[in-house]
Amino acid sequence: MSADSPMDNYEKLFEVAKQNEEARREKPRILLGTASCGVAAGALQVKEFFLKEIESHGLDAEVVEVGCIGHCYAEPLAIIAKPGFPAITYGNLDEGLVHLLVEDFLAGEDPCYEYALAAVDRNDVFPTFEDFPRGIYENKLILEQCGYIDPESIDSYIEKDGYRALAKALSDEPARTLDEVKASNLRGRGGAGFPTGRKWETSLKAGGDEKYVICNADEGDPGAFMDRSILESDPHQVIEGMVLCAYAIGATEGYLYIRAEYPRAVKRVREALEQAREKGVLGSSILGTEFNFDLQVFQGAGAFVCGEETALLSSIEGRRGVPRYRPPFPAVEGLWGKPTVINNVKTFSYVPHIINRGADWFKSIGTPESPGTAVFSLVGKVVNTGLVEVPMGTTLRELIFEVGGGLPDGKEFKAVQIGGPSGGCLPESALDVPIDFDSLHEAGAIMGSGGLVVMDEDDCMVSVAHYFLEFTQQESCGKCTFCRLGTKHMLDILTDITRGHGDEERLTLLEELAEDVRDGSLCNLGRTAPNPVLTTLKYFRDEYKAHIEEGRCPARACRDLVLFYIEPSRCSKLCNVCVGSCPTEAIYTRDDGLKAIDQEKCVKCDNCRKACPPEYNAVIKLSPPVLPPEKEKKRT
Amino acid sequence: MNDYVNITIDDRKIKARAGEKLLWVALDNDIYIPHLCAVREKERSNASCRLCFVEIEGMARPVTSCTQVVREEMVVRTRSTRIDRLVKTAFELLLSDHNLSCRECPANGNCELQKIAKERGLKLRQKRFKAIERDHTVDDSPDEFAFDPSRCVLCGRCIWADREEAGVGAIGFANRGINSVITTFEGVSLAESICTQCKLCVEACPVGAFYYKKDKKA
Repeated sequence: MSADSPMDNYEKLFEVAKQNEEARREKPRILLGTASCGVAAGALQVKEFFLKEIESHGLDAEVVEVGCIGHCYAEPLAIIAKPGFPAITYGNLDEGLVHLLVEDFLAGEDPCYEYALAAVDRNDVFPTFEDFPRGIYENKLILEQCGYIDPESIDSYIEKDGYRALAKALSDEPARTLDEVKASNLRGRGGAGFPTGRKWETSLKAGGDEKYVICNADEGDPGAFMDRSILESDPHQVIEGMVLCAYAIGATEGYLYIRAEYPRAVKRVREALEQAREKGVLGSSILGTEFNFDLQVFQGAGAFVCGEETALLSSIEGRRGVPRYRPPFPAVEGLWGKPTVINNVKTFSYVPHIINRGADWFKSIGTPESPGTAVFSLVGKVVNTGLVEVPMGTTLRELIFEVGGGLPDGKEFKAVQIGGPSGGCLPESALDVPIDFDSLHEAGAIMGSGGLVVMDEDDCMVSVAHYFLEFTQQESCGKCTFCRLGTKHMLDILTDITRGHGDEERLTLLEELAEDVRDGSLCNLGRTAPNPVLTTLKYFRDEYKAHIEEGRCPARACRDLVLFYIEPSRCSKLCNVCVGSCPTEAIYTRDDGLKAIDQEKCVKCDNCRKACPPEYNAVIKLSPPVLPPEKEKKRT
Repeated sequence: MNDYVNITIDDRKIKARAGEKLLWVALDNDIYIPHLCAVREKERSNASCRLCFVEIEGMARPVTSCTQVVREEMVVRTRSTRIDRLVKTAFELLLSDHNLSCRECPANGNCELQKIAKERGLKLRQKRFKAIERDHTVDDSPDEFAFDPSRCVLCGRCIWADREEAGVGAIGFANRGINSVITTFEGVSLAESICTQCKLCVEACPVGAFYYKKDKKA
C-alpha cells in the first residue's frame, strides 16, 4: 500500500468519482425510483416503457435505478435530468406519461410541467419539494441522498463526499471518533434511544482484541420500511457508519443482519460491500492505513424476535433465535461471547454526518435530550404516505397534518399508532406531544424504529389492539411463560370482545394480565407487546365498553357486531347495482321494487355498500346488529 | 475480592459465596423461591419460567433470582404484593396449559407445581384463564419411560440433562410461540431417535412429563 495519508488516498478516490459521475451526467438521465416501494407500484415495468421509448426515438439516455425519495404516494416516480434543464420529478408514471415525457421532453424541449411533481434543485422555473408544505418541516440528513444517488455505484456516493468522514477519522486517533459520537448525544434509532457513544465506549472498554459491529436491519414492524429504504437507496452511508464504529472500538469484523424478506436491500448492500472493498474503504488496509475491517451480510430467516439483539446474536451463531436475559449486554458479551456493538440502520447512518460536520452541528438540530432528526414511515389514513425525516421535537400534529397532508376523504382523525407492535395508540389529545424519545414514552407509546400509522373514524381501536397483539402472539418465540401464554390469553379475551362476548370481569383480567406480561416477560418483545392494549384501554376505554355493554362497535368495523342494511328511503327502484355485487345472492327485490338484504345469507363483505352509487348511498352499516323495527320484512 | 458476601433475605442475614446466584443461596438456606427452569450447574439460566422473582432494594423492577448474582449488602425480599402477583400470574398461566389429572400422574406428591402451590398458597385449579385445548400424544416408545407433552411446562431441564449430563442431544425445543414443544429431531419417537435411554431426562423433569412407566397410575 502507498505511504500516502488516508486523506490523500481519499482525494484520489474522490477525483475519480467526480470525473466518472460528471461524464454520466453529460447525457440525459432518468433516475427511476426502484426501492421496494417503487417496484411494488410497477417501477420495473415503467423502466421497460422508458427503454422502449428511448430506443424507438433513437435517443442516447441512461435509465438509472435509484432508491426512494420518500414520496411513496406518487410512485412510480422518476427524476429526469436533462442537461440544460432543471432536474424534474414526475410521479404516477404509466405507459402514456412515459411516452409523452420521452417524446416531448427528451426528444423535444418541453419539460411537460403540467405533469411535474417538483424540481430537485432550486431554479426560476418550477418549485421544489422544499416549497411543499412538508418542506418547511422536513430536514433531511440521512435521507438527503436517498433516491438521488445511484445506490449501485460507489462513485455516486463518494462524489457527495461519501467516505470523507472515514478518511477524516482515520487521520486521527480512534478516540477522537468515539469522543465526537459521544459529544453528539446521538441516541439509538432502533427504538429504545440508548446513547450510542456510551454503548461504543462500553465495548471499547470491555477489552479483548476480538470485537464485532453489527447492523440490525431486521426491521419487522408492520407498516415500517425506513431501514429497507435506506439500505436500498444509500447503502454506503450505513457501511461508512459501521466502519467508523469499528475504528472507534477496534473491531475487525462485522455483520449486516438483514431480513431475507428484503431481497433488494440484500442485493444492493452486497454489491456495495464489493465496491467498497475494491475502493479500499473496507477490508484490509483501509485507505492505506493499518486498520482492517470487513463486513458481511447475514440474512434473517423470518422471525420477528430476531430483531431483539440477543436473539439476533443467537441466530448468527447458528442457534435458535431466542432471547437471553441481559445483563450481560452484547456490548460486553455479544457475538461468540465477544464485545459487540449492535446498532440500527439509521443510527449508523448518522455517524458519517456527525464526523464530517461535528457534534455541535448535530446537537443544533432537534431537542437537547434527543438531538438530530426522526425518520418515519408515514402510513395508514394519511394523504401523503411515504418516508419523512423531521427534526426531533416536531409535534405529532405537524407531522400528520402538515407533513402528511392530513387525512384523506375528509375523515376524522382518531388515533396514531407509533412504534409498531411495541408501541402505543395515541389519541387526538396527545397530538401536541413533541416527537422525542422521552415525551413519547411518557405518553405511553415509544419512539420505536419509526413506523407511524394514522387511523380515522372507521378504525376500531379494539380491533387495532387485536391486530397488533395477534402479530406479537404469533411472533413470540415461546421461551418465557408470560409472552408464550400471556399473549395467547390476552388475544383470546380481545377476540371475544370484538365478537361481542366480552364482559367487565374479563376486561379487568385483560388489563391485569397486560400489566403482568409487561412486567414479567424475559425480553422486550414480551415486555412491550401489551402496549397497544394498554394504550387503547387508557385512551379509548369507551370503545371497549361499547363492545361489551352494548354489543356495539363504534367504528362499525367488527364484523360480528355490524349488519348491512338498505335504507328504503334512499334506495332507488331504477338501480340494480348492489344485486350484482353480492357474492351470496343475499340481496333481493322487495314487493315494492326496493332492494333488501337477507341477513341469513349476508356474509358482510361490504361489496354492496361500495357498489351503491353515491347519489343513493343507501347501504349502511348498523351496530349493534339490530334491524330497525318494521322496516325490513323477511322475504316471503 | 472476598470469597463471601453478606446479604439479607427476608430480614435474615446470610453469608453467601461470592458469584453465586441468589436463587441457590436462598434455597440452600431453606428460603423457598418458586422455580422450574433453573439448573444449578448451568452458568447462564434459561430464565424462562418467570417464577423466581424477588425484589431487591435499590432496583426499580422485580428481578429473577436465578439470574441475579449476590452482591455485598444486598437486601432481598422474596414476598411482596408485586412479587406475589407476578408469581401467581406466571403460575396460573403455566397451569392453563398443563394437564391437571394429578391423580393419574406419576409425579403426584412429588411435583414442583404442587410444591409451588403449597408454598405460596396458590390453587392448582385456577379459574382466571381458560384451559388451552391441545391434542397431545404420549411417546411411550422407550423401554422404561415415556413422555407426555400435555404435562410439559417447557422448563428445558430435560434438554440440559440430555445435552450436558448425558452428552447425547436427542431432544430440543421445536416450533415457536404457543406451539413450542420439546421433541426429537424431525419429531420421530424417542426410540427411533439417537436417545440412549439413559433416563437422566426423567430424573430432571419437575412435573412428570417424562416419567417411568412403572410409576404410571390408573
